[in-house]
Amino acid sequence: MAEQARLIDIYIMGRQCQVPEGLTILTALEYCGYRMIRGCGCRAGFCGACATIYNFKSDPQLRYDLACQKTVEPEMCLVQVPYFPAVKAIYNLEKLKSNGATIKALYPDIVKCFGCNTCTKTCPQELEVMWFMSDALRGDVKAVVEKSFDCVMCGLCAARCPQGLVPYNVALLCRRIYGRYLASASAHLEERIAEIEEGKFDAEIDKLKRLNDKELRRRYTERDMESALEQHWE
Amino acid sequence: MYPAYLEESIHLVEDTRVRRLIETLPRLDEEEKLDLLHQYHPDYISASMRKLQVGINKGDSAPRELADLLEGNSRVDPDRIDPSKPDYNVDVLVIGGGGAGASAALLAQEAGARVLVTTKLRLGDANTVGAQAGTQAADRPNDSPALHYLDTMGGGHFENIPELVEVLVRDAPSAVQWLEKLGVNWDKDPDGSMHELSGGGTSRRRLHSARDYTGLEEMRVLRDELRNRKISYLEFAPALELILDDRRQIAGAVLVNLETQELIVVRARAVILATGGIGRLHIQGFPTTNHYGATADGLVLAYRAGAELIFIDTMQYHPTGAVYPLQILGQLVTEKVRTLGAQLVNSNGEQFVMPLEPRDIVTAAIIRECRENQRGLRTPGGEVGVWLDSPMIDILRGEGTINRELPAMVRQFRRFNIDITKEPILVYPTLHYQNGGIKIDVNGATNVPGLFAAGECTGGVHGRNRLIGNSTLELFVFGRRAGRAAAQYAREVKRGSPTLDHVRRWQKELERSGLARERPLSPRLLPDYIRHTHGRTRLEI
Ligand SMILES: Cc1cc2nc3c(=O)[nH]c(=O)nc-3n(C[C@H](O)[C@H](O)[C@H](O)COP(=O)(O)OP(=O)(O)OC[C@H]3O[C@@H](n4cnc5c(N)ncnc54)[C@H](O)[C@@H]3O)c2cc1C
Ligand code: FES
Repeated sequence: MAEQARLIDIYIMGRQCQVPEGLTILTALEYCGYRMIRGCGCRAGFCGACATIYNFKSDPQLRYDLACQKTVEPEMCLVQVPYFPAVKAIYNLEKLKSNGATIKALYPDIVKCFGCNTCTKTCPQELEVMWFMSDALRGDVKAVVEKSFDCVMCGLCAARCPQGLVPYNVALLCRRIYGRYLASASAHLEERIAEIEEGKFDAEIDKLKRLNDKELRRRYTERDMESALEQHWE
Repeated sequence: MYPAYLEESIHLVEDTRVRRLIETLPRLDEEEKLDLLHQYHPDYISASMRKLQVGINKGDSAPRELADLLEGNSRVDPDRIDPSKPDYNVDVLVIGGGGAGASAALLAQEAGARVLVTTKLRLGDANTVGAQAGTQAADRPNDSPALHYLDTMGGGHFENIPELVEVLVRDAPSAVQWLEKLGVNWDKDPDGSMHELSGGGTSRRRLHSARDYTGLEEMRVLRDELRNRKISYLEFAPALELILDDRRQIAGAVLVNLETQELIVVRARAVILATGGIGRLHIQGFPTTNHYGATADGLVLAYRAGAELIFIDTMQYHPTGAVYPLQILGQLVTEKVRTLGAQLVNSNGEQFVMPLEPRDIVTAAIIRECRENQRGLRTPGGEVGVWLDSPMIDILRGEGTINRELPAMVRQFRRFNIDITKEPILVYPTLHYQNGGIKIDVNGATNVPGLFAAGECTGGVHGRNRLIGNSTLELFVFGRRAGRAAAQYAREVKRGSPTLDHVRRWQKELERSGLARERPLSPRLLPDYIRHTHGRTRLEI
C-alpha cells in the first residue's frame, strides 16, 4: 500500500498553500493549480527552463535550484524567475581564431569579474563557475570545457552576477572553440567518410537490401557481437 | 536513501556480484523474443488500441490516447481566419525547435531559403536535450555501415523501410563530423579517436557520446548556431493547423501565441514538421521520459492535412525508468548504464535477461519478472521495479568510471541521497519514444506536396523498435536532408491561393461519422497536470 504523505505549508508568490511532502517545486506548483507555460521544459534536470529562486519564511537568504529536481520543504517561499535577456556574442565559428584571446575579444566584460563567487554559489549543477570564468580570462579554453561541461544554461549565474556577466554563454563559446579546433581530429572518422563517398560499402548494403526475409534474419542472428568491454575482463 | 526494508535485497545484490561478474546470459533467439513480446510488451495489449475511423489511415490501429487526438476537432475556426493575410511570409517554415528542427533550419538557410522556426516552448526545450547515451555512427575500422544496417533492421524486427535505413547508416559518420565542425565535443581518446560504446542490439561499439549529456551538448551548440546565423524564431508559438492552397500544396500554418492566445498566420512555400514525440500523452498510463511539450501535435497536424502515418501502433518503453524516489518517477536512467556494464537483477540478486538486448525485449523481460515471477521490489509509493546494478561499472572498469561517464545520473540520484557508485538503482519501464509517425521519403518529403518531416515525428526508419543512438542520429541525417530538400522545393513551387478548406472538410467528416462530439480538441499542445479540486470551478479569463 502506498503511504499517505504528510501535508506541509509552502508559499507561492506569497499565497499560502498545503501540499503533500515529497513533491518537487514544479509538481507542487501544479498541485496548487498553476498550469505551467514558461518555466518548464524537460522536467528532468537537463534543460534549465525551470531555474527557480526561493527562501524560507524564517530565513530570508535566497537559494537557487531547478524546480523540477528540488523537493519542496516546509515554509518554502517560491517565486517564478522572470525571463530576461542575456548578452550573447554573435560570431562565425569558421572565422574565429582558436585561441584564448578570442574569448576576451567577444566577451570583453569578463575582465570585470571581481571574484565575489556568487555565480558558483548560485549554480544548481554545482559547477565552479567563478573558476571557469577566471580560466576564460586567462584563455585556458580546455579548463573551461572541463569545468563547464555539465552546464544546462539555466541562466541563474547571469541573473545573479553583480557585473552583468553571462558565464553560461562564455562557457559555450569556449566549448565550441574546443570541439571545433582544439580537440584532435578523429582519423578513423575521416577515413570512413572518405570510404563511404568512394562507394566502398554500396555493394554490401545493396545485397542486404535485396536479401529475402529469411536470409536477412539468419544473417542478423548469426552476426558476431563485439564485446561491450574495451578489454576483456579477467 | 533507500527505505530500510529494501536493505535485505540490496545485500543480496551485493553478495551475488562476484558470481555475476563472470556470468553472461545468452541472447534470446527470434522465437523466444517474439514470445516474450507477445506476452508482456505493452504494444501487444490489444485493448489499449483502437482502429481509426476517419482520415487516410482509416482502419489502422493506434493507442487510444493517440487515436482520440488524431480524430480530434480542430482548434481553428476557418471562418474566422484569413489565410491570405499572413503575419509572416517565408520560404521555409520549420515547426519545432529540437534537434531535427534546428538541423533543418540551418541547412534550409544555407541553401538560400528565408527560414522561420516556430516552437512550442523555448528554442531547444525538446526531447533532444534529454538524450544522454549517445549517437550511433559506424566509423571504427572493425565496423561498417552494412553492420549498422543489419543491427537497425533486426532491432526494428525487419519491418523498417530499407531505403530510409540505408540513408541513415550511410550519412551517419558525416553527421557526426558535421556536429563536430559546429563545435560539439565528443568523448575522445587522447589521440583523437572517438571513445565509443556499445548499446542494446548493436553488434559493434559505435555510440558517440558527450558524457551523459549528449543531447544537451548537441542542442546547445545547434541553438547557438541558429542565433549566430540570425535565423528568425518564435518561442511559445505552437502550430495549431497547417494551411494548404487550392492546388492542395502546403501554404503555411496557423500558430498561437501561448501567452496572449492570439493567432498568427504564416505563409510558407514549404513546411518542415519537426515536432518530436508523444510521451506526454502517457499511453496506457505510463510515466514518461519526454519533455513537457511532447504531445504528438505534428502527427495531428499532418494527418488532418492528408499526410500518411505509419507504425503508429508501436511505442518504445525504455526498460530503465526511475521508480524511486517518487520525485523522479519515470525519468530516464540512461541505457549507457547497461552499456558500461551494469546488469539487471531481481529481488534475489539474480539476472533474468541479457542487459544489452534491444529495448523492447528488455522491457518485456522486466515486466515478466515483476508481474509473472513476482521478483520485483515494491517502493513506498507503491511502484514496482527491479535493480539496475550500477556499482558493477566501477568494479569492471575501475573506480571513477561512473563519475566520469555518468555525471548527470550521479547528480540526479545524489540529490536524494542515493550514491549510484555504491548502491543499485530501482527501475521499471517508462514511455520513451514513438517508433512510428509521419511517412517520409529519403529527403523527408511526405505525400502532401511541400510538407516535409524529420525526427521523432516520422516513422519508417526504426520499424517497430528503435535502437539506442539511432534517434539523435536520425535528427541530423533527415533534418539536414529535409532542410535542403524543402529549400529547393520552395524555389521551384508554383503557389496557389491559401485556404483552410481541408479543415472544413475534416470537420464535416467528423460530423458525418458521429465523432465530432465525442472527440477532444487537438492538437493537445500541453498536458494538464494541475490538480482539479472538487467543487471548484475555473473561470476562463
Ligand atoms: C530523456 C531522453 C533520452 C534520450 N536518449 C537518447 C539517446 O541517448 N540517443 C538517441 O539517439 N536518442 C535518445 N532519445 C531520443 C531522442 O532524443 C529524441 O527522439 C530526439 O531528440 C527527438 O528530436 P526531435 O527534434 O525530433 O524532437 P524534439 O527534440 O522533441 O523537438 C521537438 C520540438 O517541437 C516542438 N513542438 C512540439 N509540438 C509543437 C507544435 N505544435 N508547434 C511548434 N512546435 C512544437 C517541441 O516543443 C520541441 O521543441 C532520448 C529521448 C529522451 C526523452
Ligand atoms: S524542466 Fe528542464 S531542468 Fe527542470
